[in-house]
Amino acid sequence: MFGSVSTTPEKLLQMVAALLLFAAVLGIVLFIASRIRGKGSDRWIGYLYLLPVLLMLSVGLVYPGLRTIYESFFDAHGTGFIGIDNYKFIFTSGELRRVLGNTMIWVVLVPFLATAIGLVYSILVDKSRFESFAKALVFLPMAISMVAAGVIWKFMYEYRVDQPKVQQIGLINQIIVWLGGKPVQLLITDTWGLNTLLLIVVFIWIQAGFAMTVLSAAVKAIPDDIIEAARLDGVNAWTMFVKITLPSVRPTIVVVLTTIAIGTLKVFDVVRTMTGGNFNTSVIANEFYSQLIRADNQGLAAALAVILFVLVTPIVIYNIRSVRQEA
Amino acid sequence: MTAAVPIVTEPDLEAPPESTAAVAKKKLSSPMASVAALIIAVLWTIPTFGLFLSSFRPEAAIKRTGWWTFFTDPQMTLDNYRAVFDDETGVNLGNFFINSLVICIPSVLIPLALASLAAYAFAWINFRGKNFLFLAIFALQIVPLQVTLIPLLTIFVKVDISGTYWALWLAHSTFALPLAIYLLHNFMREIPAGLIEAARVDGAGHVAIFFRVMLPLLTPALAAFGIFQFLWVWNDLLVALVFVGGGDDVAPLTLQLANLTGTRGTAWHLLASGTFVSIIVPVTVFLLLQRYFVRGLLAGSVKG
Repeated sequence: MFGSVSTTPEKLLQMVAALLLFAAVLGIVLFIASRIRGKGSDRWIGYLYLLPVLLMLSVGLVYPGLRTIYESFFDAHGTGFIGIDNYKFIFTSGELRRVLGNTMIWVVLVPFLATAIGLVYSILVDKSRFESFAKALVFLPMAISMVAAGVIWKFMYEYRVDQPKVQQIGLINQIIVWLGGKPVQLLITDTWGLNTLLLIVVFIWIQAGFAMTVLSAAVKAIPDDIIEAARLDGVNAWTMFVKITLPSVRPTIVVVLTTIAIGTLKVFDVVRTMTGGNFNTSVIANEFYSQLIRADNQGLAAALAVILFVLVTPIVIYNIRSVRQEA
Repeated sequence: MTAAVPIVTEPDLEAPPESTAAVAKKKLSSPMASVAALIIAVLWTIPTFGLFLSSFRPEAAIKRTGWWTFFTDPQMTLDNYRAVFDDETGVNLGNFFINSLVICIPSVLIPLALASLAAYAFAWINFRGKNFLFLAIFALQIVPLQVTLIPLLTIFVKVDISGTYWALWLAHSTFALPLAIYLLHNFMREIPAGLIEAARVDGAGHVAIFFRVMLPLLTPALAAFGIFQFLWVWNDLLVALVFVGGGDDVAPLTLQLANLTGTRGTAWHLLASGTFVSIIVPVTVFLLLQRYFVRGLLAGSVKG
């Protein structure tokens, strides 16, 4: 039952077995809960209902989290204590500083651009005849996996050698050729961080739909009479945007920015699918994976995870506070 | 893992009926605005459209000419889709499709069931330490996945379930709990206390109340979170990579697709059709269950 499976019936059987096992555990919990009677029984039922969850969270989240912090002070194989050397290495090695730098570029550009595009688009299509269709188009990238998004854009960026009779099959390079330029190995060229910027485009493409949806709701919540009054005063579209729309949705913008920033700090799939972190495009979450699996350096991977944790925490706290204030 | 819940107001994609302001706006809004909206819509659609069209072009054509030449030289075939399900090409997506399903179903049902029990306890049962425990679980949402993966992998190796479905089921279920408990708790708190008290007066215990009163009312919340979790697991790459690695018997679709981009990065006929096989489920869910889907996605947008 816990062994390996290879045929479809075997897989399905193991799945059913797992679900039955789980149902049995749940059944025992509920059975005991239904037997607990008398004074103070409530308390015990409460603890019983929480028992499985607390067990899983302690073993699967709390312990591993603490353990990772501990392991970040050890060497590649987790055997020798090396103090803060892993952290020192991350902040001094050229390659890893590049990783940190890239992550910063991501976290500055993605939230602002995705939010700006999402906001502008949601205002442009607001109450238009095609609103729901127009929004679905921009939202769809959010629904698919980032691996799929990575493949879709890799095809956009595809490069073919610049020779007579060889045609470009990637749209971007074809446009460059149409404009009279020479095709570029887009994902390999790191001059001016070009390839990193191109990966960032992909993530903006994914996240704009999220920004659009949340901000659209906020834009619709602006009372009609305010807008009406401004119109009667002859306010033009731009003034309307700056003086009325923007201040009204400001709290929501903060929530969207921080939410996207959190997702951006953890970006992994896009980088891994499109460049594998090569050609100076790696970011913290990708480097974590590379160090853990490819370089087999557990200590360094742990330290990178801790840095990610430290970077995410203040944004999450700010995000939660903004959501609370808004509610 | 997961943080705040930016459900601000109704996040539906449908347009509401027109107001007078909207009519006024329409008269005033410039054609520039429509053009700008159109440009963004086209930019957002073209990349997907290009690969989608390519997935129906013959292999030779994909490799030699751009997909836009389809309009001057239309050739269509289903060979690429046949190829990704074929044993001969070694892609075998059918196999990975099953794997993804087998991974997803328990990874959705288990946390949903456990989280509703826990959320019920937090919402409607009094016990000591309740507030502290709830806050602690809420706070766990900030833990990024990466922080937990190394020790979890060690544990899974020790109990010999690394590289099996069990590792993925356990990991995904655990990671889902903080957000699920938080969301379901918020939902349950809104159910009128009178309903619970009436049931108690009738002699119902906490088990009966949970099943007869709570569960039926909870359906929309369970659906929203269930869909979100399903797609999160379906689209996951990191967890599968770390716990399964290369194992073809367990690896999900995303992992196979990611591997293909590495090993057969120029086989665009396979990558194109493979991509659309992998997104058919999310896209269908999106189109059919848009309302739940958007709600769920927004609620859990910072998971991971």
